[in-house]
Amino acid sequence: MSRLKLTGIAKEFGAIHALDDVSLDIKPGEVLGLMGDNGAGKSTLVKIVAGNFAPTRGEIRIDDEPVHFHNPRDAQLAGIEVVYQDLALCDNMTAASNVYLGREPRRRVLGVNVIDYAQMRARSSELFAQLKSETRPRDLVRRMSGGQRQAVAIARTLLSKPKIVLMDEPTAAISVRQVAEVLDLIRRLRDQGISVVLISHRMPDVFSVCDRIAVLRRGTLVASKNTHASSPEEVTGLITGAIEAA
Amino acid sequence: MSSSIESIIDQSEHRNILSRIMNVQIFWVFLAAVLACVALSLYTDTFATDRNLFNVARNFAFVGIMAIGMTAVIASGGIDLSVGSIVVLTAVVVSTFMADGYSFWLSAIIGLGAAMLVGAFNGILIAYAGMPAFVVTLGSLSIARSLALVVSDNKMIWEFGPDNDLFLWIGGGSTFGLPHPLYALTVIAIIAALMSRWSRWGQYTFAIGGNEHAAVLTGIPVKRLKVGIYMFSALTAGIAGILMAGWLGSVTTNLGQSMELTVIAAAVIGGANLAGGEGNALGAVVGALLIEVIRNSLVLLHIDPFWQNTFVGSAIIIAVAFDRFRRMRTSS
Ligand SMILES: Nc1ncnc2c1ncn2[C@@H]1O[C@H](COP(=O)(O)OP(=O)(O)OP(=O)(O)O)[C@@H](O)[C@H]1O
Ligand SMILES: [Mg+2]
Repeated sequence: MSRLKLTGIAKEFGAIHALDDVSLDIKPGEVLGLMGDNGAGKSTLVKIVAGNFAPTRGEIRIDDEPVHFHNPRDAQLAGIEVVYQDLALCDNMTAASNVYLGREPRRRVLGVNVIDYAQMRARSSELFAQLKSETRPRDLVRRMSGGQRQAVAIARTLLSKPKIVLMDEPTAAISVRQVAEVLDLIRRLRDQGISVVLISHRMPDVFSVCDRIAVLRRGTLVASKNTHASSPEEVTGLITGAIEAA
Repeated sequence: MSSSIESIIDQSEHRNILSRIMNVQIFWVFLAAVLACVALSLYTDTFATDRNLFNVARNFAFVGIMAIGMTAVIASGGIDLSVGSIVVLTAVVVSTFMADGYSFWLSAIIGLGAAMLVGAFNGILIAYAGMPAFVVTLGSLSIARSLALVVSDNKMIWEFGPDNDLFLWIGGGSTFGLPHPLYALTVIAIIAALMSRWSRWGQYTFAIGGNEHAAVLTGIPVKRLKVGIYMFSALTAGIAGILMAGWLGSVTTNLGQSMELTVIAAAVIGGANLAGGEGNALGAVVGALLIEVIRNSLVLLHIDPFWQNTFVGSAIIIAVAFDRFRRMRTSS
């Protein structure tokens, strides 16, 4: 059984071929490292799986069932959670509001549904503690450090019980200690049977947590192999094109 | 351990409630309005009369009602320049139907429907065609006023059919000594203030204004909501138009002319941020109040009315400058 199966995915933005015939297969509890140069198409692939774009061609299957996402909500309901490269946070809102953005819990007061801020704060606080981040639910995102913002974006993915978590460069802006926390978190997700796609330019991170590494070069998948059958040198060659394919 | 940190944070937040209030723009704007009222009561014997206070309360209600709608638009990162024209279009449509013998309530529903149609037109072009709000609403500023001219044939309407007296009473009358527009303002302000904090729609409005791209990525129905926001703004303008027509007892086609500027001024003085993401319904009301008190004080102090917009303009700049200064202090 595969958790997520992509077959022949292509995406064109006008004349730009961002992705061309990409096929990938991820098992439950598998951690896949997705690597590639700037502009290789990694974020585009994430956004297709997350329901932000429809693919120009190709098929997405989750648990062997074909799915068609029309918007991000569809993907969320199918168990897909994303940490976007630009984090997708609203600076003018609190950490708790950002964690719950788009799915605020509500309770009934005098017959009307109102947002349950108490629950949002309590649960966000738990999630930040779990991520070992000193982020306070009531703080405005505008006043936060890069690491705290990243924690907010990651906490979002833990709200529901996801099947697949896609992380687009989650460790780009954070300290060594926090990188270790994120990698630990990825291992914990894996242990719960959650599949993770980790996009990163940092070779050591990818080699320390990923079961498999896939490499995109100018929109085509040039490799997808087990981590222990590869090496940082080989992956670097695949990314730059020094090695054609593996 | 972590719970004790939490409780310390909680305590420090409660201890700072006073400083938090003083950090809100509307507190200072309200203070300015109150001080102006106190000064006027002391220095003139015309301000604190029942008649004058009644007029102030009624006059600021029209701008206040529209500023609440404008605040929603501005908080979502947009702007609505068409509200003054929606005022006259609604007033003309309602009064034309009433003059033709239709009841007030039916005419009002048709008039507000026309207003919301203009709002939907704005919202659809902005949200779905991706056109800039400034340009779209500048266009409908012209279109809506021109339609009002067409419908009324540029004639003054001053007879409103069988419900004539009801119409004048609703806009110009009072209950328990308070003018009716003030009741409308109160109800709309309370609903808007509650919605902005406690409903998803309200929070999504701020999310769109803060980072529209993020709102889209998290699955918020941004386009539909934007259409709704411009329709809400148009609705507030339509309500103000009906009340103004009833108060004046006649409708001319220059009704609401350049009112959009006063309305935007009220919203901005009340804390709405033209960059999006911030705004406060109660602030809009307080901003409208300050503008009306300034206007009224110039009249009572026998200052040349040509000065009026100098004072209103200064109030806008001072309010925003004050806010910048406060932010610089807290961020450093
Ligand atoms: N919305 C869009 N419209 C047009 N072109 C786009 C769009 N999004 C991405 N592209 C193009 O698709 C290609 C792949 O971009 P993508 O963001 O997926 O790269 P990436 O691998 O994530 O790069 P990076 O490492 O810099 O994040 C680029 O050429 C980019 O310009
Ligand atoms: Mg990218």
